Amino acid sequence: MKQTCLEKKPLTEKIKLAETDDGAILFRVPFPKNLKDLHDMSPIIIKQPYHIDYIHSFGQDSPFFAGLANGKLLGTKCSKCGYTYGTPKGHCMNCGTRCNWIELPLTGRVHTFTVCQFGSEEFLKETPFVLALIEWDKVDTLFLTRLVGVDAANPSLDWVGMKVRAQFKRNAKFKPTDVYFVPEK
Amino acid sequence: MAKQKNGRRDVYFISGGISKFAKARPDVTFQPMVKEAYDYALKDIGLDNRQAREVFDGSVASYFSDHFQRQLMSGIMVQDYLGLCPLPGHRVEAGGATGGVCFQEAYKNIASGVMDTCVAYGFETMSHVNTWKGNEFIALASDVSFDYPVGGFYSGYYAMMVVRHMQEFGTTVEQLARVSVKNHINAFHNKYAQKRRKLTIADVRNSDMVAWPLTLLDICVMSDGAAACVLASEEGVERIRKATGKSPKLVKVTGVGRGTDAMRMADRPHADVILLPHEKKSDYKGLKYPGVHSFRAGRTASKLAYEHAGINNPIKDIDFVELHDAYTSSEIQTYEDMGLCKYGEGGAFVESGAPFMPNINYGLGKLPRQGEIPVNPSGGLIACGHPVGATGLMQAVFALWQLQGSIKKHLGDNTIQVKDAKRGAIHSHAGTGTYVTVSILEKN
Repeated sequence: MKQTCLEKKPLTEKIKLAETDDGAILFRVPFPKNLKDLHDMSPIIIKQPYHIDYIHSFGQDSPFFAGLANGKLLGTKCSKCGYTYGTPKGHCMNCGTRCNWIELPLTGRVHTFTVCQFGSEEFLKETPFVLALIEWDKVDTLFLTRLVGVDAANPSLDWVGMKVRAQFKRNAKFKPTDVYFVPEK
Repeated sequence: MAKQKNGRRDVYFISGGISKFAKARPDVTFQPMVKEAYDYALKDIGLDNRQAREVFDGSVASYFSDHFQRQLMSGIMVQDYLGLCPLPGHRVEAGGATGGVCFQEAYKNIASGVMDTCVAYGFETMSHVNTWKGNEFIALASDVSFDYPVGGFYSGYYAMMVVRHMQEFGTTVEQLARVSVKNHINAFHNKYAQKRRKLTIADVRNSDMVAWPLTLLDICVMSDGAAACVLASEEGVERIRKATGKSPKLVKVTGVGRGTDAMRMADRPHADVILLPHEKKSDYKGLKYPGVHSFRAGRTASKLAYEHAGINNPIKDIDFVELHDAYTSSEIQTYEDMGLCKYGEGGAFVESGAPFMPNINYGLGKLPRQGEIPVNPSGGLIACGHPVGATGLMQAVFALWQLQGSIKKHLGDNTIQVKDAKRGAIHSHAGTGTYVTVSILEKN
């Protein structure tokens, strides 16, 4: 079973017990008779939970996510200068013209990658995972994705240039991770 | 009144202060932490707090994240705590370059004639959340539609850049480790630094792998800290001189430059190199630029700052650099952006010893070009820590002290004083290279 984030081994070279950020509930603290002694008081540290659900619209980029849900990987192409985006842009960064939607090839190459042994709290339970930027011929920009089916314990520069194929999740979550790439056999 | 040919007034940097950077400062909230840096800067020019409000025309506040504190408008809380109300002020935000932008906004206040004296102060308190939540906050500085949900993690983003740098140019992990060794050992002589350690290349490579090929010791840490800078016009300097009866040691800001690039690394172009005056198009035949291995924003900022300061060949014309080494890899990438060496030669540059201090034994054997242009004599972000809003200002303060020749006075140790330093560059960098500032400072 995967470890939860707070059980994840601490990033330290010293041997020590893993720290967690839960603590005792404090109701009273000692108080000195002389107010001058308050300058020496230890700080009182409390925990303030903060949870929010954001209502995030993908806006003009929404067709990309609809595409993933239907097994299509979409990019955009400038209707004027032809600059082609591997990650969709609504308007061209070169000439400002509105871009049209295009289907990207489902096979591409690894432009670069990394193996994340640690990560942000939200993704810590998924470590180790491989991030990669995908490139295509005749597409001017790249696409960030997860690369699966490689040996995360033995990363190698040889992975750069590897031919990879897009696969789609059966149940779309309407996130960019609805598509991921695997080595092309 | 001294006016430069582009219509700007001369701007002097006269004083600075830094709080001791630490993993956590639960003993104070952020306002008194900034006051530590601010009071130090005042004391250094002999001003007391009451005089300060009379001689200062206003301020600029620098902090990156509202998330870390769960407090909006922290800037005004510092302004009132420092006793600077009701003077003009505003907050700036530009990710990791917030401090660098803050310094330049204070510069602009003076150069434009809007103010004669201006305080730039900055801080960050990153200890309020655990490291992994902190990484999550920082990763929100990537596109939340396309980048963050894939596994948002800045160390991962930088690792992808250096993998491409290694592939393109043959850069090695041992070359990266040399940056870590240099910066940690430099910081051994800097009492303000968070991590002061004598390391070896083996220590760096054997520490925890965070995002291949970057280890724990290739990456800066989160910090609580603050810094403050005082800038003035000639009239402002005269006003301070009258108030204190003392003449501050002046450093002149002779160049400012800034650049930007697309938020998403995926969107970066693969086109031609932006050339510096000492480079030729033929130097970069076949190189697709910036791709994800180089920073177009850093190159643009350098080019503008060098043009402003009249610098033709940075390695000859600059005596030291304090640059934004959030990662050992980004220090190597930045050598190239700043033109200290050509694109692709950053690894060999650090191996040559050029960016090391000339007088320190790093345990790396003979370094043929040791001390040619010390980079991050302070220890940089990797060793000093990176309390984001304070970082760019901290670099400015260390550069000021270098040019004043006052490192010993402020650090109690002369080891990292660059001898006869006349001109220094400071470089502040955001995101995956989205906003970058370069400022040139000169001994007056």
